[in-house]
Amino acid sequence: MTLTEPVKDPVAAGADEPDRRPDAKPKDNRAWLLVLPVVVCVTFTALVPLMTVVNYSVQDIFSPSDRIFVGLEWFRSVTRDPEVRGAFLRTLLFSAQVLLIEIPLGVAIAVAMPRRGWTVSAALVVVALPLLIPWNVVGTIWQIFARGDIGLGGWAVNQVPGVDFNYTLDSADAWITVLVMDVWHWTPLVALLAYAALRSIPEPYFQAAQIDGASAWATFRRIQLPRLRGVLTIAILLRFMDSFMIYTEPFVVTGGGPGNATSFLSILLSKIAVGQFDLGPAGAFSLLYFLIVQIVSYVFFTVLTRSGR
Amino acid sequence: MADIRLEDVGHSYDGGRTWAVRPMTWTWRSGRAYALLGPSGCGKTTLLNIMSGLITPTTGRVWFGEREVTSVPTAGRNIAQVFQFPVLYEEMSVYDNLAFPLRNRRYPKDEVDRRVRAVSRMLGLDAHLGRRSRRLDPGRQQIVSLGRGLVRSDVAAVLLDEPLTVVDPAVRWTLRSTLKEIHRDTGHTLVYVTHDQTEALTFADEVVVLKDGAIVQAGEPAELFLSPAHEFVGHFIGSPGMNTLPGEVADGLVRVGGQVAGRADGPLPPGPVRVGVRPEFARLGDGPGSPGLPAEVTGVDRMGAYDLVHVRAAGHPLVARAEAGSPYEPGAAEFVRFAVGRVFLFRDAVRCGQVVPLNGRAG
Repeated sequence: MTLTEPVKDPVAAGADEPDRRPDAKPKDNRAWLLVLPVVVCVTFTALVPLMTVVNYSVQDIFSPSDRIFVGLEWFRSVTRDPEVRGAFLRTLLFSAQVLLIEIPLGVAIAVAMPRRGWTVSAALVVVALPLLIPWNVVGTIWQIFARGDIGLGGWAVNQVPGVDFNYTLDSADAWITVLVMDVWHWTPLVALLAYAALRSIPEPYFQAAQIDGASAWATFRRIQLPRLRGVLTIAILLRFMDSFMIYTEPFVVTGGGPGNATSFLSILLSKIAVGQFDLGPAGAFSLLYFLIVQIVSYVFFTVLTRSGR
Repeated sequence: MADIRLEDVGHSYDGGRTWAVRPMTWTWRSGRAYALLGPSGCGKTTLLNIMSGLITPTTGRVWFGEREVTSVPTAGRNIAQVFQFPVLYEEMSVYDNLAFPLRNRRYPKDEVDRRVRAVSRMLGLDAHLGRRSRRLDPGRQQIVSLGRGLVRSDVAAVLLDEPLTVVDPAVRWTLRSTLKEIHRDTGHTLVYVTHDQTEALTFADEVVVLKDGAIVQAGEPAELFLSPAHEFVGHFIGSPGMNTLPGEVADGLVRVGGQVAGRADGPLPPGPVRVGVRPEFARLGDGPGSPGLPAEVTGVDRMGAYDLVHVRAAGHPLVARAEAGSPYEPGAAEFVRFAVGRVFLFRDAVRCGQVVPLNGRAG
């Protein structure tokens, strides 16, 4: 069989003569060559790095010439490591809090944003501003802003009687600082997505709701919320993945501390991989991390799209 | 139920520079079926929204019977409104859609159930009550959104804003009959906005023609056709519309292109006029007579059931309707006779008289 021989659909070939419809496109295996560039790109950007990680994760490497195959030993030790488990629970809690705050808050902001007039542009600019700031700059801003001595935010909080806010010493304060920073940074994304969806609802829906005597809540619940399902699915997925993999901002603000109060999975991972150069455990850790994000995203997506039917 | 009275009601979207609806006084009488007819952008929807309270008019007052409702919000007006496309609470079942306006008004549960079932029986929705509303076809969806309006007690009026736009032509006819039946059974005042004259003429007791935000004529369908009060009505209603020829009145005679077409039926100041006659009332082949004009045939459109003969009457294009298989050939000299009582004179687009035979009065 040469490369140019037409591929026969086994069912059709078994049934009768080849397709002779005028619009039937000729089949040519050389078409596979057209996807070759993508295959090459993906191989070098994703496949090879991933396989390198897999390679690390099943070996104990002492030097380039001295390595031992250890099977799943690294996976076993990583899953039993209390530090990893702690970071996992911490990250999960952080993501849950991020979703619980940012999704409703973003929707509320979108609902409250003006629908027409010059205030629309003004509101859009103000809301979008945090999204335009680079991650590590966000971290730097909050690192200074939240300081009790010279930061406006930290100083202001400390003016409240009985409050002693210091995120470098108190783990709850550090956690709150990172959480508030993430809410400030990413709620606008949810708000903008929701706003776009809300704007696409034709005016008669609101007029009908007025005629039906619907309260503001009923209008939101019955008209606006159903229309938000699609974008909220995307928003939840994006915010889950992003917050579950958060690295730069807590690294800049708290460096994972105090103690390990804000030491999320990504921070721990980079400490193991880059700081200690433990490539075996780091490889196993990375693959598990990757797998968790995939599974949770898949579950979210399936549940959210199914419930709409 | 009560009359809906618009008292000097006008609306401007730009602070009075241009009027979407010019200040008008008009009464929608209780229990009648009205068609609000006019081209796109003539203010039909604005007028409707003023009645339902979605828009507060810039000037004037709105009365429901003896109650002034100008500043009463939509929810307090008991209006049923159907929009151009089905507006449904898509996640809810048909039953919940119909119950929604009642639940918002805190009707007792068994009352809600009773009313929903009554309306669903009337609209033939019994078999679909449990389905999600967005799974229905567009025609049924419009019926459901109509039902949401009808389910309330004391509906003041049913307003329909081009409700059949999204519906298949084949289903339109059925739906229109359903609407007529509902009107007959419930006796609600019905205002039906459309830009389709067939829809308007077959549907309504009374047709109201709107142009540039003003009512130019209102009357029974036949009246609008036979006796247009405004040039626009002549053009807009009828297919093809009314012919209008530029003419002149002097010494009581109406001249078109130098030829005497007939006599004006009343004392009319001399000056230019437009002579309007429908193709149905312009006849060829009866020989010279009055009112009428000499004409030359320029072409014939064979429409199947009838022919449309294009002529130049005293130099101006005119269409006359003739029976199918008419013998007229392009180039033939003919005389076009106008039916007495069906030729009108317009000045500034408004009717100012009619053309009568030279020897005698209008019939």
